[in-house]
Formats: sequence, structure tokens, C-alpha cells
Amino acid sequence: MSEKMRTYKAHPMSLLFSIITKIAVIITIAIFFFIVGYVIIRGVPYLTPSLFEWEYNTENASMMPAIITTFEMVGIALLIAAPLGVFCAIYLVEYAKKGNKLVKWIRLTTETLSGIPSIIYGLFGNMFFVIFLQWRLSLLAGACTLAIMVLPLIIRSTEEALKSVDDSFREGSYGLGAGKLRTIFVIVLPPAMSGILSGIILAVGRIVGETAALIYTAGTVAKIPGLFESGRTLALHMYVLSNEGLHMNEASATAVVLLVTVLLLNALASLVAKKLSKGEK
Amino acid sequence: MAIKFDIKNADLFYGDFQALKNINLEIRDKEITAFIGPSGCGKSTLLKSLNRMNDLIEGCKITGSFKLDGVDIYKDIEITELRKRVGMVFQKPNLFPMSIYDNIAYGPRTHGIKKKAQLDEIVETSLRQASIWDECKDRLKKSALGTSGGQQQRLCIARALAVKPEIILMDEPTSALDPISTIKIEELCQQIKNDYTIVIVTHNMQQATRISDKTAFFLHGEIVEFDTTEKIFSAPSEQRTLDYITGRFG
Repeated sequence: MSEKMRTYKAHPMSLLFSIITKIAVIITIAIFFFIVGYVIIRGVPYLTPSLFEWEYNTENASMMPAIITTFEMVGIALLIAAPLGVFCAIYLVEYAKKGNKLVKWIRLTTETLSGIPSIIYGLFGNMFFVIFLQWRLSLLAGACTLAIMVLPLIIRSTEEALKSVDDSFREGSYGLGAGKLRTIFVIVLPPAMSGILSGIILAVGRIVGETAALIYTAGTVAKIPGLFESGRTLALHMYVLSNEGLHMNEASATAVVLLVTVLLLNALASLVAKKLSKGEK
Repeated sequence: MAIKFDIKNADLFYGDFQALKNINLEIRDKEITAFIGPSGCGKSTLLKSLNRMNDLIEGCKITGSFKLDGVDIYKDIEITELRKRVGMVFQKPNLFPMSIYDNIAYGPRTHGIKKKAQLDEIVETSLRQASIWDECKDRLKKSALGTSGGQQQRLCIARALAVKPEIILMDEPTSALDPISTIKIEELCQQIKNDYTIVIVTHNMQQATRISDKTAFFLHGEIVEFDTTEKIFSAPSEQRTLDYITGRFG
């Protein structure tokens, strides 16, 4: 300790810097606990059984339809985005030649797409899926919009996962006379799988938390929707409740459920990522 | 002995850089041919062009003729068929992250062998040929990456043998290994040379004298001298060969 003090005396700037970094850490952690604590204290007392009834009405303000809609939304959006993103990444890493113009274009577009605010996806989805394709405000229009939104995320993470697979495995496989398809599916994909999965789980997190892109595409009807019917996800449900101002307590309760879902997803993602780094050793 | 590989007027370019210049070489059946020379002299490059691994490198252009049993490997043979006949062992052991059994069975499965009994037999024979059966027969189902570096390299050789190749290319197979593992690999080469043609790239000149029948000395992308190993190391006809083997450069 005294040695440390002597160092700081000799270099006062390093003491200052060390304090600044520590303050930053404390503030960050405090903000996290403040938000989580606030949501839980505000929400948990209102988590009543009536909130989980099948039908929504103004009496119970049930979030059950929203929960189911959320699952539907995640399922459909992933069904579209995951294969598209994964195959696109496989093309980029395994098939495309370096310096290929197309690759540059795909990189540019995915990077641009990932930087666009979600409300713009919402507007595009509204103009294209809702109006032009005449799907109206519907689950499918919302899911398609979200699929486009998370596509760059999935492509990027899959690309990284594929690149992290050592080239010597590919050489070994080709050297034994295996073709490209077999090499990719039997040798490259299995070790890359956990990286791909953690990317997909992050995408799920974004879908679950999204509101702006859904208001104009999936609408806000509080029923369990069919493919071409409007429905609201949990995040949207919460937004609408607090917007109406009549069910603030129920909105807080919804926030708890939403928060828990997202925290669980993140935990799952880091668990999968940890497994990945272990696998590399 | 019959000629296995017949290479004539071969040039190889990586983009603008010419890595091989007018190579002419005959590799004979059931012999061990060693490629020696300083780093960047083209010996690995020539080795890789024998099973077309250079195809994976962009901007690589090859001219001249490479004939295997009289058939041009760049024109008249399917690449997967070529690589089945011409196996390869790499500088660093590159076993797949799967069990020992699955590693050895990967090649045969690739070429359509599905029956378990048949695969079992191939796995055992290959591991025995690579003299590693006794060390790993009790853990065939365990991850291959749990073995030592020397064992991994012998497993790589077993994996290459499992597709029943005619020729085995070895790209500095012992450069990442300790002396004892190196000796084991060299003994292994001696054991299997009655059944296979082996081409080995090595930095280690003692290794070349210990195991090879013929030696080719490479410099700046050219073959300076190619002769029996005995002749190369006792009475080379080129001054540059003499300078290299006596350690004056390289």
C-alpha cells in the first residue's frame, strides 16, 4: 500500500486517472442496478394472476397475448433472418474470392443497415409490406421488417464465427479429397456453431426489445394474431399501456417480465460465447 | 522403378511473383524423395502443386505438365480423385476437433464408405500402419486433440493412409515436433515406404540423409540438383549444393 502511495506521489496524474476509471465503473454499475431495481420495485407488486389471463380487456390489461405474440414474432423473424444471414455469411467467408466486388457491396450494405435507426425500418416496412404488398398491419409485416433489421447482426456474427475456424482444418479436409460442401458442413460449421448461435440469441434480444419498427408494421391490437393479423409484442404492449396512461402499474409489471426475458437471453448468449472460447482451446 | 510423377517445364506464379522456374523432375514409385533448400526456395510450393493444394490460393497460376502415371493432374483428373490418390501431411498437425475414430474415418466416409464394420477395419489398419494403434486403441472415441503433438502428427499420417493413397506428400512434418517424436515419424516413413511413394519437404538435412532415396535441392524457385541422396550429400556436382549442405548459407 505504501509503495503504491509513493508511486502516486511521484506521478499524481496516474492517481487521478485511476480514480477516474473507478468512478466510471461505479457509475455504470449503479445505473444498471438503479434501473433494474426501479423496474422491479415498481412492477413486481402488480404482477397479479389476472395479468396472465388469455384474453386482454381493459379490466385486466392482460399481457398474455403480448407474450405469445412476442414468441410468434421472434419465431417468424428468425425463420426468415437466420437461414438468410447464415448462408450469406457462408458465401462471404467460404465461397467469395478476396477482393470480389460483390463482397465489398455486401459488407457496405450490411454495415450501413446495422447503423440505421429502427424507426426507419418501421417506415420502410410500412410502405413496402403494409401498403405496397397489402399485408396490412400484421404479424408477417412486422416479422419481415425485424428480419431485415437483425440480418446484418446475424451475418456479422456468423462471419466472425466462420473466420475463427482455423484454415488448417479446411486444408486437412480438402487434402483428403473432400469437396467444399462436405468441408463446410462437417468440418467448419460444427466448431462455428456456438458463435453463430450467440449471434442469433443477440438478434432475439433485439427483436424482443423492439418497438419503433413494429408500431407501423405489426400494429398494436392486443390479441393473439394470425399471420395476417395485427398484434403487439411485450415491448409494444408496454409502450401502448404507458402511452394510454390508464394502466401504469400493469405497464411496470410488463417491464419486469420484459427485463427478465432480456436478462435471461443475455445470460444465455454469454454462456454460449464462453463455451465457444473454451472450445477453441 | 516406374515413374510416378513426371513434371515437365513447370512454372508457377503467385500474382507477379514467379515461385517455380522451369521445374523438371521425375518422382519414382516406392521411393522417398526429399526436397531440401532454404526458406522460400519453392520446395513447399512444388509439393503443394502435386495434389493441387495451390488451387486454394488466389492468383496462383501454373503452367507446364504434371503427370501422374502418365495422366495430366491439372487437366484429365477429378480433383477429389487426385487428392484421394495423393495424400498430404501438413507442417502442423491439423486433426479435426472430433474423436480419433471420426478423424481417421473422415476420408473413407468422404469417399462413400458407410458400413461400420468396414470403417472399423480401415481405422484399425491405418492406425496400425502408423504405429499408433497401441497408444490409442482404448480412446478411439475420445477427442483427437487430447493427444500429444507427436501423436497428433502420427494420427494425421494414419488419417492420410486411411483413404489408401498411392503417394503421401509431407510438408515438413516434424518441424513442430521434439526429437523423439521426430525419430518415430522417420521410422514410420521407413516402414511404409514399401507400400507408398513419399515426397517429403524438410529443413533438416540430417533427416533427408536418414530417410530419403533421392534428394532435390531447390534454390530461388529452381531445382539446382536432383540425384540420389547419397550422391547429393557426398559428392554433389554443383557448387551451390555443396555450399548449402556444408552450411555456408541457408
